[in-house]
Amino acid sequence: MRAAVSQPLAGAEPRLVGGPSLTRTTLVLGAGVVVLAAAVVAALAIGSVGVAPGDTLAILARRLLGLPLAETWQATAETIVFELRLPRVLTAALVGGGLAMSGAVFQALLRNPLADPYIIGTAAGASLGAVLGIVGPTLVPGLAIGLGSAWLGLGLIQVLAFVGGLATVLLVYAVARTGGRTPVVTLLLTGYAVSAVLAAVVALLMFQSGRALAAVYSWLMGSLADASWAELGFALPLLVLAFALLLARWRRLNLLLLGDAQAATLGVDVEREKLRLTMLATLATSAVVAISGTIGFVGLVVPHLLRLVAGPDHRLLLPASLLFGAALLVLADLGARLVGGVPVGIVTALIGAPFFLYLLRRARVAVAT
Amino acid sequence: MTVAARALASVAGVSFAYRLPDGGRREVLRDVSLELGPGELVGLLGPNGSGKTTLLRLLTGQLEPDAGSVAFDGRPVAEWRRDALARRVAVLPQQLDLPAGFRVAELVEMGRAPHARSLFGSTAEDERAVRQALVDADALELADRHADELSGGERQRVIVAMALAQEPELLLLDEPTLHLDLAHQVALLRTIRRLRGQRSLTVLAVLHDINLAAAFAPRVVVLAGGGVAADGPAAEVLTPALVNRVFGVSVRALDAGDGGRHLALDLGSG
Repeated sequence: MRAAVSQPLAGAEPRLVGGPSLTRTTLVLGAGVVVLAAAVVAALAIGSVGVAPGDTLAILARRLLGLPLAETWQATAETIVFELRLPRVLTAALVGGGLAMSGAVFQALLRNPLADPYIIGTAAGASLGAVLGIVGPTLVPGLAIGLGSAWLGLGLIQVLAFVGGLATVLLVYAVARTGGRTPVVTLLLTGYAVSAVLAAVVALLMFQSGRALAAVYSWLMGSLADASWAELGFALPLLVLAFALLLARWRRLNLLLLGDAQAATLGVDVEREKLRLTMLATLATSAVVAISGTIGFVGLVVPHLLRLVAGPDHRLLLPASLLFGAALLVLADLGARLVGGVPVGIVTALIGAPFFLYLLRRARVAVAT
Repeated sequence: MTVAARALASVAGVSFAYRLPDGGRREVLRDVSLELGPGELVGLLGPNGSGKTTLLRLLTGQLEPDAGSVAFDGRPVAEWRRDALARRVAVLPQQLDLPAGFRVAELVEMGRAPHARSLFGSTAEDERAVRQALVDADALELADRHADELSGGERQRVIVAMALAQEPELLLLDEPTLHLDLAHQVALLRTIRRLRGQRSLTVLAVLHDINLAAAFAPRVVVLAGGGVAADGPAAEVLTPALVNRVFGVSVRALDAGDGGRHLALDLGSG
C-alpha cells in the first residue's frame, strides 16, 4: 500500500469552471418549484367559492394521479377546482413561464435591458390577428364559418393571433436584413416602425368595432378568463419544444452577451444563431399570446429580477424564468379574479410598471457614470 | 527571407471593398499578400482606414475577400467550420464590454466555448485550460471578482485570459493598447511576448504607436493606400521617409542609445 504515487491535490483548489454552483442552482430552481406549486394550490383553492387547501390537493391527487381517496368534499368543489379553475391556472402558468423565458432570450439577443418578448413586433402582429378575428365576423358576416372555427379546437381569434405574431417577426427580420447582416439597432427600429403601423390598423379596426370593442379591449389587456383544455393542448407542446431548444443553446446566448464580433471569434455563426433564437422565442411568445392576449411586464420584469438573484448564466436563467414567470402570473391572475375579474394584464401592469420605472432610473444612472 | 515551414496563415492577392448603403463600394484592400510563419510575431501598422482591422476580420472569416484567397493552415478560411477555426485562432479585440454579473472565471470559461464537449457542464480539460489561462495572463487572483469591479488594466488581463482559454495557435490583436495608459500598454505587450514563447503562439498585432511596434515586433507590416507599403524587420522598415510617405507627418530619427532608434514627431514651429 506504499505505492509512491504522489497524488495530485485534486479538489484542493476550488473549481473555476462549470457555471453556477450546485448549491445556487438547487436553491433557485427548488425555490421556483416550491413557489409555483404553492401559487397553483392557492389559486385553485381561493375564489368566490373557497375550497380548503387539503381538499384541493386531494382533488388533484384523485383526478390526476387516480388515487382512491375518500371524497370529503362536495361534488361542486371538485367541479370548481378541476373543471373551472385548473385550466385557467395552468394557462396562467404556461403563459407567465413562456413570456418570462422569451423575455430573457430577447434581452440577451438584443443586449437591451428594456427588451421584452413583444419588442420586435410579436405583440402588434398578434393583436392585429386577434382583432381581425374578433371584429372580422361582425363586419363580414359568415367569415367565422368560412374560415372554420376549429383548428386543433382553437377559435379563429387564437389562430389569427398566433399566425400574426410569427408572420410579423418574419417580416421585421426580412426588412431589417441588409447585406446578409441584421444589426441589433436596425432590428429594434424596424420592429418599432412595423409595430406602429400595425397598431394604427388595430386602432382603426377598434374604431369600427362597435359592440365588439369590449372584447377587443379585454384581449389587448390580456385575459385568462376563457382558458380551456384545448388551448392548453395547443400551447403546451410548442412551449416545451421552444424551451428545450433554447436551453440547449444557453452557451451561445451567453456568448452573444459579449457582442456579435466577439461571439463570432468564439465560433458562433452569429447571424444564423440570432435568427434561430429570435424564431424560437417568437414561437413561444406567439403560442402563449394566442391563448391569453398581450399580457405586459411579466416578460420584462421576471428575467431582470432573476439576474440579480441567479446571475446572468442562461443555463440557470432560462429554467428559473420559466418557473418564476409561471408563479408570478398565477398569482397575478388570482389577484385579477379577486378584484372582480379584471383582465390580468391590468394587474401585471400595476406591479410591473413601477418596476419598469425603477429599471429605467437605474439604466440612466449607469449611463451617467 | 527564406520561409522554413509552411505559413500558418496566408493572404494572397486579396482585395476587399465594403458595400455602402447607397449601393457604392469603398475599396479598402487591393491585391494584398502576406504570410505568417509559425511562431512569428508581427506588428501591423498603417493610418486609419488602411484596412488593418479588415485584414484581421478576413483572417477570422468574419469577412470574405472579393478577390484572392485567405487561408489558415493551408485551407481557405471560408471552408473552416466556425468552431474549428475558433479552436485555433483567437482575437483580442480593441474593446470588449464584459457583461455584468459574471465572475471572471466564468468569463474566461467562455473562451472554452469552441472546445465545448458537454451540453451543460465543463470537462477537466476546461478546468485546466481556464486555470492556465488565468495564471498566464496574471489574472488568477481576479477569478472570483465580478467584471464591473475591475480596473482598466485588470479588465485587459481578463480579456487576454479569455483569448488564452481558447488555446489558439494564432492570436490576433486589434489595437489592444488603445484604451490603456503607457504602463499598461507596456505590461500587456510584455505579457504577449512572454506568452508567445511559452505557448508557441503566432501573433499578429495591429498597433498604432510606431515606436511601440518597433520595440515589440521583430517584423512589421505597414498598410497604406490599400496595399502593403512595407514588410520586414522593424529597424529597416520604419524609416522617417516611410513614415512621412505613409502617415503624412514629419518625423526625425533619434539614436535610442541601444543601437536602435526612435522616431520623434516633428510638429514644426509654424
